[in-house]
Amino acid sequence: MSLTDHQLRQKSLQYRKQVLEIIYHAGAGHTGGSLSCIDILNVLYNRVLRVSPENFGSPDRDRYIQSKGHSVEALFVVLADKGFFAFDELKSLCRYGSHFVGHPTRKVPGVEFNTGALGHGLSIGVGSAIAAKKDGRDCRTFVLLGDGELAEGSNWEAAMCAAHYQLDNLTAIIDHNTLQITGRTRDVCANAPLDEKFAAFGWEVMTVDGHSIEQLTSAFQPASPSRQTVRPRVVIANTIKGRGVSFMEDVGKWHHGVPSKEEYVKAMAEIDVTMKAER
Amino acid sequence: MKNDICYSDMPVKLVAISSGVSYGALGSTHHSLHDVAALRAINNIDIVVPADNFEAQQAITLAAEHKRPIYLRFGKAAMYSLPSPATQGDRAGESAFAIGKARVLRDGHDLCFIANGETVIHALLAAEHLKQRSISARVISMHTIKPLDTAAILTAANDCRAIITVEEHMIHGGLGEACASLLLQAGLSPKFAIVGFPDEYTVTGAQADIFRHYGISMEGLGAVAAELLAR
Ligand SMILES: Cc1ncc(C[n+]2csc(CCOP(=O)(O)OP(=O)(O)O)c2C)c(N)n1
Ligand SMILES: [Mg+2]
Repeated sequence: MSLTDHQLRQKSLQYRKQVLEIIYHAGAGHTGGSLSCIDILNVLYNRVLRVSPENFGSPDRDRYIQSKGHSVEALFVVLADKGFFAFDELKSLCRYGSHFVGHPTRKVPGVEFNTGALGHGLSIGVGSAIAAKKDGRDCRTFVLLGDGELAEGSNWEAAMCAAHYQLDNLTAIIDHNTLQITGRTRDVCANAPLDEKFAAFGWEVMTVDGHSIEQLTSAFQPASPSRQTVRPRVVIANTIKGRGVSFMEDVGKWHHGVPSKEEYVKAMAEIDVTMKAER
Repeated sequence: MKNDICYSDMPVKLVAISSGVSYGALGSTHHSLHDVAALRAINNIDIVVPADNFEAQQAITLAAEHKRPIYLRFGKAAMYSLPSPATQGDRAGESAFAIGKARVLRDGHDLCFIANGETVIHALLAAEHLKQRSISARVISMHTIKPLDTAAILTAANDCRAIITVEEHMIHGGLGEACASLLLQAGLSPKFAIVGFPDEYTVTGAQADIFRHYGISMEGLGAVAAELLAR
């Protein structure tokens, strides 16, 4: 019972609304980055990852590590949709004593790894991919990184290591929204050209529209068995921070901006209009 | 820090912001409750945790001229301007600021709170609260953990029946253990309690909620004081 591209597009819009809802109610959250990566998570969890509440204890499950942990609202919303917990539980987000804190934690069902300190996820992913190879399991590991996060040098150690160990079971995804917390990534610590850098590090590079269900789907397909070289893959997903809400799109302050009541109502109405138009 | 700053004796000024549980709701990745313990174990670095605007301003000014590595630890919330003999103008000088010299913010002789950083205000509130129960509590802002003002601690132990340390840090390796170690080695054993973060997964929420949870509050400290004195 696989979902069509159209159904997934509708799901993305639903997720966007839920992200805004939980951030608005918590009065805290990372709005921009959650909206920029939601299509990526949608395609991963609904089309690619062999991960569900039923198989989460199995060593054969695929692994998704969200290195850009601050976009936790996107992850929580998708995990709720996958049945790991009830969406209503997210009402306690960031509240005293809740395990739904502002970054992924394994106390929340479905979360693979604790993240939030940027620059750790790719190294963890490398370890996970090596372990899968050693154990002879065909599971895959996906790591979501931010473009600003790439300023952490540990990413490049991990990148070197992944190529060295020929980790074709590892896919890094860069949520390339060109903004980070304090402004344009190119102004804070420029990292272009990312494609050439990863290629030089020995990776297979794919560049896609990070909001296109079709393009993301094809970029996440396993490597063809007839391939010439065995390499890890990076998917550079060109995205728009705050995607889906006109006044949030590509505006730095929405990195961790929380909508006011008026902004919230306006944002939700906008997404409703998009949903109707696409229907 | 150990190799390039302390061992190499570079007079670097490290300034930590949003320490402790300033980012309480963001979870443990965003808490720093271990920094003092790690740095205390390294030779050649001074550790300063200012309690209010006055101490912050003084510490920053002195750090700029400091000849050794120094670590300044700040929170995120706007700081208070705490009442103290120095700011009130009487007994001027006694509570002036110097690195390595504790400030007595309030005198007392039954018990002594030795606190630092954003916990000091709670110790002051608790002292005021205890006064109504005829308990006289001294409050010391131990802004410098290294080098420790040993004289202020030993004096407190001689003057008071009980000492309670308070810190926004794990109870292991911080201000409390520094005081305990000093007292025991000096042959003193006042009634003693360390208030801080216990060895467990830290609860999350707003900083104020977390403080209350672990008893870093007027009520919490008042209760520890009453229990300790009754022991
Ligand atoms: C090690 C570390 N340093 C700093 C931060 C603070 N921080 C949180 S988000 C962020 C910017 C991240 O930008 P990017 O990776 O581009 O994420 P996105 O634009 O997708 O939100 C920073 C610096 C952190 N979480 N971890
Ligand atoms: Mg970014």
